Amino acid sequence: MTTELFTGAEMVVKALSALKVKYIFGYPGGSILDLYDAIFQQDEIEHILVRHEQAATHMADGYTRATGKVGVVLATSGPGATNCVTGIATAYMDSIPMVVLAGQVPTTLIGNDAFQETDIVGCTRPIVKHSFNCRNLAEIPNIIAKAFYIASTGRPGPVVVELPKDLLIPQNKAPFNIEINVKMRSYNPNIKGHPKQIRKAAKTISEAKRLVIYSGGGIILADASQLLTTLVETLKAPITNTLMGLGGISGKHENFIGMLGMHGSIEANKTMANADVILALGARFDDRVTNNVEKFCPNATIIHVDIDPTSISKTINAHIPVVGLVDIVMQQLLDELNAINFSPDEEALKDWWQQIHLWRDMRSVSYKQVAGEKIKPQRVIEAMYKITNGEAYVASDVGQHQMFAAQFYPFAKPRQWINSGGAGTMGFGLPAAMGVKLAFPDKHVICITGDGSIQMNIQELSTCKQYNLPVVIITLNNRSLGMVRQWQDMVYGGRHSSSYMESLPDFCKVAEAYGHVGIKIDTLDELDAKLEQAFRIKNKLVFVDVLVDEKEHVYPMHIRQGGIDEMWIEKGIKA
Amino acid sequence: MRHILAILLENEAGALSRIVGLFSQRAFNIESLTVAPTGDNSLSRITIATIGDDRVLEQIVKQVNKLVDVIKISELTDRKHVERELLLIKVAAMTDKSRTEVKRITDIFRGSIVDIGKQIYTVELTGSSEKLNAFIETLSNETEIIESVRSGCVGIARGEKALRV
Repeated sequence: MTTELFTGAEMVVKALSALKVKYIFGYPGGSILDLYDAIFQQDEIEHILVRHEQAATHMADGYTRATGKVGVVLATSGPGATNCVTGIATAYMDSIPMVVLAGQVPTTLIGNDAFQETDIVGCTRPIVKHSFNCRNLAEIPNIIAKAFYIASTGRPGPVVVELPKDLLIPQNKAPFNIEINVKMRSYNPNIKGHPKQIRKAAKTISEAKRLVIYSGGGIILADASQLLTTLVETLKAPITNTLMGLGGISGKHENFIGMLGMHGSIEANKTMANADVILALGARFDDRVTNNVEKFCPNATIIHVDIDPTSISKTINAHIPVVGLVDIVMQQLLDELNAINFSPDEEALKDWWQQIHLWRDMRSVSYKQVAGEKIKPQRVIEAMYKITNGEAYVASDVGQHQMFAAQFYPFAKPRQWINSGGAGTMGFGLPAAMGVKLAFPDKHVICITGDGSIQMNIQELSTCKQYNLPVVIITLNNRSLGMVRQWQDMVYGGRHSSSYMESLPDFCKVAEAYGHVGIKIDTLDELDAKLEQAFRIKNKLVFVDVLVDEKEHVYPMHIRQGGIDEMWIEKGIKA
Repeated sequence: MRHILAILLENEAGALSRIVGLFSQRAFNIESLTVAPTGDNSLSRITIATIGDDRVLEQIVKQVNKLVDVIKISELTDRKHVERELLLIKVAAMTDKSRTEVKRITDIFRGSIVDIGKQIYTVELTGSSEKLNAFIETLSNETEIIESVRSGCVGIARGEKALRV
């Protein structure tokens, strides 16, 4: 009996099928044509042709954030691969599992400055969880299996696999062997919390008088929101979410006190600052949360649960570190609380909540809309929330609109809010929304964006047409780079250096040129009706261009170098 | 404070560059770095001498450990250990006096002269980095140092403790 032999290109496709991949997001080119030829000759995996490789990475990323499945990107060598760099960095910063298959010149030419040769493994080294240079045909299936395993376990992240052309061509063949259940001696993601640390944490929690739970993107990645809600209700404690953690608990839950950090609510930041115990779950004390680390929550005992030990005590010292998967650790905590017959200190809770309600009464996340004046951007988010019943997937770009969406669209469920939190990548929103729409064609998928961000990947309107991805794009058009302008107003004496967008196109006409529908809204009177109209159109992409007040700033806002609760609540007014 | 870290990692292409990249990316200091395959050809061992306070050291150890290729990392300086570095040094030996002095100092430090040219001696010395520093300083008081090369330090824990798979 002879063993069946396969080309490297066939092996890649077979390996991806074995790993149950449904979609690949990519763009063809010279060194990767053999793989495209293999994709053409099968129908298990669908290839989505984007218009720029950066969009392929964001689209895979959006697909992953909404579904939890590893996104796969395919790009050719050289510029194709380097165009992926921003998307890889975006996924890396937010711990999103992704496998990027990058073409490479033949092994015989590597190092010769060949046409379209770039050392993509070298270029991406600081922004990947791991990477592989394939140099042997027979290794391809197991390298791909390992890439998926590494990308999706532990603290997830992007993995780059470089595929030289001579490993893919029809002339070279080898038998296909794949081990799906990967085992590696150098990589064993520690998954369970240390029992001693769990006992310490439970004891500290049970003795707390002013406990706060601070949860982040780790809850979303671990699909642990139900367990989180149970924990919150057991402890009866206030909970705040990071930008990445929104939806980890329902935004309408009575214990939810809003987002914390730079543009968080006063009640969230005050609660943190005055807590005696902080239980951090899958969050990493990012500088956009802490403000000045020297002044950060001086009276709190910090319990920090994270799968990545490097996140613990990196910026803020953790008194009780717990390394482990957040869902498993939360279950351990609940079991331990049960074992020590925990019951909440009702009296302390009453005082604590009374105080929190006083902070909440300041209504720090609010705005003033006067009839007849320009539309306030926050008003658009509220309308969008109402029309979609709070059930839409919202993929955001980066800037003021992102903060307004985070503040004014309370997310009921995890994976509903999709944004580039760590990297802050403008141009992320549209392709990410497309990835979500591909996964959930029957759901409302919104791309909330601005006139700056949308132009960073606007070419993807063409991809939307090709694959019939009717997302609703809502552009909060303030004719300027709003967040830059806000900083210039607050920090740079109002000098608007290069933050004014002259020569904006008519976005509605741009959308129409690509075969979509454009709706322009420039007065408050027509806002609700026209937005409703946009959401009624189910089978076509609608580009809603809303002209909003360019002078609006995002409040509250951290006072630079202050404590976590030192904030501007509006122009010139400190909390 | 100076720390010596011993790292056991997969002998894979690019593994060393991941370590070096990590140090520069996160602004950690490298005083010296040595790398070679171990008895088991699938493994490499790296020794890094670095400088940092406890907080920085904790991050270095965690960050290195997080690299997928790294199997184990151990800090040698927090326990009893043996530390060695190799020095090869070329010095001027033009006069009888300088030749005698170089020979005498080399003997005292238990080094050996490994090459002799017309007017040059090449000396080999092994020891702790501190001993090497002292040797170089002593020699430089007696003669001109033409060239020197140091291996960077390697180390191993004393006693039962072993870094292995």
